[in-house]
Amino acid sequence: MLEISDVGKVFGDPAAAAQAGLVHHALDGVDLTVGQHEIVSLVGTSGCGKSTLLRIASGLDLPTTGRVALDGRAVTGPTPEVGMVFQEPRLMPWLTVRENVRLALLDLPKAEQDARIAEAIEDVGLSKFIDAYPRQLSGGMAQRTAIARALVRQPSFLLLDEPFSALDSFTRQKLQQHLLALWERSRFTMVFVTHDVLEAVSLSDRILVMRGHPGRIHREIRVEIPRPRARTAPEVRALEEEIVAALDLS
Amino acid sequence: MLVETVERRALPGWRGTAAKAAVSSASHLKGLIVPLVLAAVWEIAARAEAIPAYLLPAPSEVLAELSALAEGGELWEHIAVTVWRVAVGFAVGAGAATLLGALTGSSRLLRELLDPTIQALKAVPSLAWVPLFILWFGIFETSKVLLIAIGVFFPIYLNLVTGILGTDRKLVEVARVCGLSRFDLVRRVLIPATLPSYLTGLRAGLALGWMFVIAAELMGASKGLGFLMIDGQMTGRPAVIIGALILFALAGKASDALLEAASKRLLSWQDGFGETQETRNA
Repeated sequence: MLEISDVGKVFGDPAAAAQAGLVHHALDGVDLTVGQHEIVSLVGTSGCGKSTLLRIASGLDLPTTGRVALDGRAVTGPTPEVGMVFQEPRLMPWLTVRENVRLALLDLPKAEQDARIAEAIEDVGLSKFIDAYPRQLSGGMAQRTAIARALVRQPSFLLLDEPFSALDSFTRQKLQQHLLALWERSRFTMVFVTHDVLEAVSLSDRILVMRGHPGRIHREIRVEIPRPRARTAPEVRALEEEIVAALDLS
Repeated sequence: MLVETVERRALPGWRGTAAKAAVSSASHLKGLIVPLVLAAVWEIAARAEAIPAYLLPAPSEVLAELSALAEGGELWEHIAVTVWRVAVGFAVGAGAATLLGALTGSSRLLRELLDPTIQALKAVPSLAWVPLFILWFGIFETSKVLLIAIGVFFPIYLNLVTGILGTDRKLVEVARVCGLSRFDLVRRVLIPATLPSYLTGLRAGLALGWMFVIAAELMGASKGLGFLMIDGQMTGRPAVIIGALILFALAGKASDALLEAASKRLLSWQDGFGETQETRNA
């Protein structure tokens, strides 16, 4: 279980910023509990603090106020329980697919590393490219390598920050289905940030609509539609419209 | 297997390595065209006595002079002494630059303490150290090697620090998420990320090493290619001077080619413009 309680984030030196009247509250009083095996998405326009919230959950950034706990333990930094996928694949260009995935396993014995790497890369369908360098991969393949790197440790939590936003729509849909299949098998708790509302509706159990300045959770929507969800199904479309309205894009 | 991949890209092994080698030697041969044409024109001009031989002897004469020196064994000694000076000066300068660069690059405190001083020393033209070095160490090897080391130091130091500080924050974040130890962060992320810039620095440093060995040998030496040039000047033998010039060019090019080959090997992962150009020309 991921518990975020009353989390606020102010960028820069809070005292100095307050004096200058320039306090930038990226987040303010955010409460969020994500249950085991749940898929939760954070949607919102840019600058609403959704990525900041995800970074705080991952331990990459620390909150200014409030606390974050994973299964009851306070988060003070990145841990192996949490896998993270960024908007960009962020592969080391000097390492092959295999060695990039290995980065998440360096503290394990070599034989176990190799076995887990082969399995994780097989899972994302890249076995033929295990010795390829990132420059030889397409955008979709690079992002799949990043997913393999995040999942190779078999984390209980997978956090994704707009993981498919840089991909073409065909590759994006394919990777969404792929991710869902991996989730059905391993049942990690998944939190992802997106600004693609249809993506949120087709994947999530719960959608949190965020609004910025300061970043707060504006609305929470449960998605009761059974999976697999056809993108063109009327209930999917209706929910999409509801969320777009909640985002208040006007 | 959950999803069958449809994306396909060529892997490097699929391209013939033999074909690649042939392409690269062909492009090396292209580089020889201009010097050979120039030498031919020069030879013809000299034979036609268009230029007086006491100013510009023909290439054949330069070669004859060099082979005469080589036969006596004298030439090899000069070359060996100069190469040795460059090698030691380069090792000392590169070693110091690597050590200091790694320290100031990785620690903010050390950077704030040391970097301003190093930058200020950089502003002193390297040759300006000569009088002081001669006063301190005499005109023998120590002052020569030190002068070369100083010339080598700055480009390497600057490129290394720039490289370390320019490491992509996003990749360092991945290292944090993956829980890399400090040692693994350095070995698997920081060193490879810094390598392109560091190798550029090494090549620039080596070029300056060759420049400063001449300065060092001109300021007083009894052996070395620089001495050979002075000797040619004193005894009115332009062929010796030109011969030494050519040897300097060859030695500089050869040592740079070694570093370039090492760079290519170490940086084969790079996705640069040069590489696409090479494959298109092929």
